Amino acid sequence: MIANLRSPHFGSTIRKANVPISGTVCRTWEVHRQSLIAFLLLIILAGCGRPPSRVETGDRDQVLQWGNLGEPQDIDPHTVSGVPEQHIIDSLFEGLVMSDPHDLHPVPGVAEKWDVSEDGKTYTFHLRSKARWSNGARVTAQDFVRSFKRMLAPTLGSEYAYMLYVAKNAEDYNKGKITDFSKVGFAALDEGTLRVELNSPTPYFLSLLSHYSWFPVPVSTIEKYGPTDERGNTWTKPGHFVSNGPFNLVEWKINSVLVVRKSPTYWDASQVKLKEIRFYSIDSLDAEERAFRAGQLHLTYDVPLPKIDGYQRDHPELLFKAPYLATYFYRINTTRPVLNDKRVRRALSMAVDRVSIAHQVMRSGEEPAYCLTPPNTAGYTCRAGVPYDVEAARKLLAEAGFPNGQGFPQFEILFNTLEMHKSIAEVIQQMWKKNLNIDARLVNQEWKVYIDSQREMKYDIGRYGWTGDYVDPNSFLDMFVTGGGNNQTGWSNAEYDHWVREAGKTADMATRFDCFQKAEAILLDESPIIPIYQYTRTYCLSPSVHGWYPNLLDVHPHKYIYLVPREESKVK
Amino acid sequence: MLRYIAKRLLQTIPVLIVIATATFFMLRLAPGGPFDAEKNVTPEIKKALEKHYGMDKPLFQQYLDYMGKLLHGDLGPSFKYPNRTVIELISDCFPVSLELGCYALAFALFIGLTAGIIAAIKPNTLTDYIPMSLSMAGICLPTFILGPLLVLVFGLTLHWFNASGWDFPRDRVLPAITLGSFYAAYIARLSRAGMIEVLNQDYIRTARAKGATWPRVLFRHALKPGLQPVISFLGPAAAGILTGSFVVETIFQIPGLARFFITAAFNRDYTLVIGTVLFYAALICAFNLLVDVVQVLMNPRLRFD
Repeated sequence: MIANLRSPHFGSTIRKANVPISGTVCRTWEVHRQSLIAFLLLIILAGCGRPPSRVETGDRDQVLQWGNLGEPQDIDPHTVSGVPEQHIIDSLFEGLVMSDPHDLHPVPGVAEKWDVSEDGKTYTFHLRSKARWSNGARVTAQDFVRSFKRMLAPTLGSEYAYMLYVAKNAEDYNKGKITDFSKVGFAALDEGTLRVELNSPTPYFLSLLSHYSWFPVPVSTIEKYGPTDERGNTWTKPGHFVSNGPFNLVEWKINSVLVVRKSPTYWDASQVKLKEIRFYSIDSLDAEERAFRAGQLHLTYDVPLPKIDGYQRDHPELLFKAPYLATYFYRINTTRPVLNDKRVRRALSMAVDRVSIAHQVMRSGEEPAYCLTPPNTAGYTCRAGVPYDVEAARKLLAEAGFPNGQGFPQFEILFNTLEMHKSIAEVIQQMWKKNLNIDARLVNQEWKVYIDSQREMKYDIGRYGWTGDYVDPNSFLDMFVTGGGNNQTGWSNAEYDHWVREAGKTADMATRFDCFQKAEAILLDESPIIPIYQYTRTYCLSPSVHGWYPNLLDVHPHKYIYLVPREESKVK
Repeated sequence: MLRYIAKRLLQTIPVLIVIATATFFMLRLAPGGPFDAEKNVTPEIKKALEKHYGMDKPLFQQYLDYMGKLLHGDLGPSFKYPNRTVIELISDCFPVSLELGCYALAFALFIGLTAGIIAAIKPNTLTDYIPMSLSMAGICLPTFILGPLLVLVFGLTLHWFNASGWDFPRDRVLPAITLGSFYAAYIARLSRAGMIEVLNQDYIRTARAKGATWPRVLFRHALKPGLQPVISFLGPAAAGILTGSFVVETIFQIPGLARFFITAAFNRDYTLVIGTVLFYAALICAFNLLVDVVQVLMNPRLRFD
């Protein structure tokens, strides 16, 4: 029947039959046209009466709109490890010591003062009597001791527990070698006095305290919602949550926004100018940047690389750039044939033109890295360095048995799937081809696969980035001691280990830095890594945000931030 | 009909078990795990975490444990978001995806049917070519282009809508259009084809010969059979809209479930992946069943069997 209907005969009949349709078609079309107009009007009406942008109302009401990357894992300082979580936790909690917003030097937090023993191994903190939890209870020395005990509990599996290893026996307790917490170097002498004993004099100890791993948590509240030393406790949900910082948690909408509001119980509430901070979970950098342009955010987490040039050209005032305590480098798997020869590794390192990569590929203010530790890390700048010297690199490669790259086996450069890493790998691949006449193959892997490949040493050369947890060279150089969890190069050098250990035994900065210089010179000479560039933190920041200063850790204590309304705060 | 529905529901159970099993083992075969991070955790910490989540047991034992809990309706805690359970995450986020899906589907149906019917009334004329060309563009234009384009025009230039967010009623418009456009285009083409075929049937001519007006012929006689292909398409379309909204949810920062559906796999959040996969599988089964039932109800030539 269908076939018949499609026959030429029926076709002609149908066309004839269709003739009278046209009169009523107009009426039908009219109905649909009206519906369409109604729908379009609805869309247009929806756009009418647009309220002021979030940034405009935020400036007026002291509400900071913060683009904060993805959904926070949690807001428990003892179980998280990401930067977005850190932004939120820094607003909710306060440690014994906090950082100055300008240069990060330690300033009193919950502790109003502290004494240091002559040997530099014992710190006694005097807690301010006004320090309060958001439920009104006093923040006591016992709270800190219980918090540290929880942080170090092996069953909690805190990723940042190692930050507390400077304290006596903390590492042994965390690794389950001792079970008696009274042997760990934390003691509450009374309600307002806390004593911390260290393994060795640690000049950067006070800087460590402003990291959230040292923040107190309300253990008595946590107990209400399950075991304190296991994951899965629901104490961080709104309604359950208690904190001691300048802000309180008021709302947490999954995948959307987390809202904190000024705490009336905070001891320094008069200093806090912001009334509210809204942390938006925005996974996509492009979406975040669009939201910034639309006046929905005061600041973003990052800027998409292709947008940086446009901002620098047209709106440099909206771009925040500051050196960051982080280094981008390539790891070399020193257990692989050929790459186990330090001459080859050094030749590879010397054949990389870091200036081109930092200034032409990256373009957002990054600086070429000739060593691992970023310059001026707590006053330390590495004296050694890997120069860009193609002739010397060729010579080294020839000495290793590969004159003009002849006979050099093809190897792989591994990176996680991201356009930026790909661009850098391509440039380095070309540099090695041009300068050394050797072939590298690019391999990109999905994030977790890439992490697994590096951990399992299933790579030749792999990209990596390291951010210092605290401003001290130890935060970088400690990584490559023999058996270090993040070494992952197979490289081991007893002399290097010795100098890093020696640096940890003294409080004298000149002696420490001398030890670090020697260690880093060995690292660069042996070249299990190829430093490439020093990071810069670059993101969009509304000019209405004040009290926000560039510093190496990109830490901006929230209690000093305030908003000044500006007519032209959004991009036009 | 109830017997048929019950039978279909029973058939769904083994399907879901197979899906859960396949997902469980495929995830475990993938390199990397939920506790792998750029900064390597110490072996002691990793061991403690694995013990907490029961990952220290043999894989098959873990599977049996998981399936046991699943039978009791427990999808377990999320690995990535330790203070939340998978059920909590699904129940918090799915309503948003559902709402977005409903708006997108409504938009797709409204635009698609309108365009399709208009095109079918006068085939091979301008009123056919224009909506059909637009629908071809709708099919070809991917959401990751259309979404930012709409934001650029209506959000950043005209300031009619927010560039992202899900706070106000107006925030639903651009995501619904972005997500619904592809389906609107598809529906337009399906409804056009269906309507042309029906309008050429004898009984339509008979109805016209007996003096029925065109609106009556169109809406009373032709629409119901003419839209059969669209109804068949609605099952997979609804499922596709709900599961395929990841890009739209990311572009517009919508707190829906599709974002978790994708990111959970990247995070190796085993429980959340299996939970969302199972949830969506159940949803697709339910939609298919619903479409089958509606088709039988609308088409007297079909029976429940």
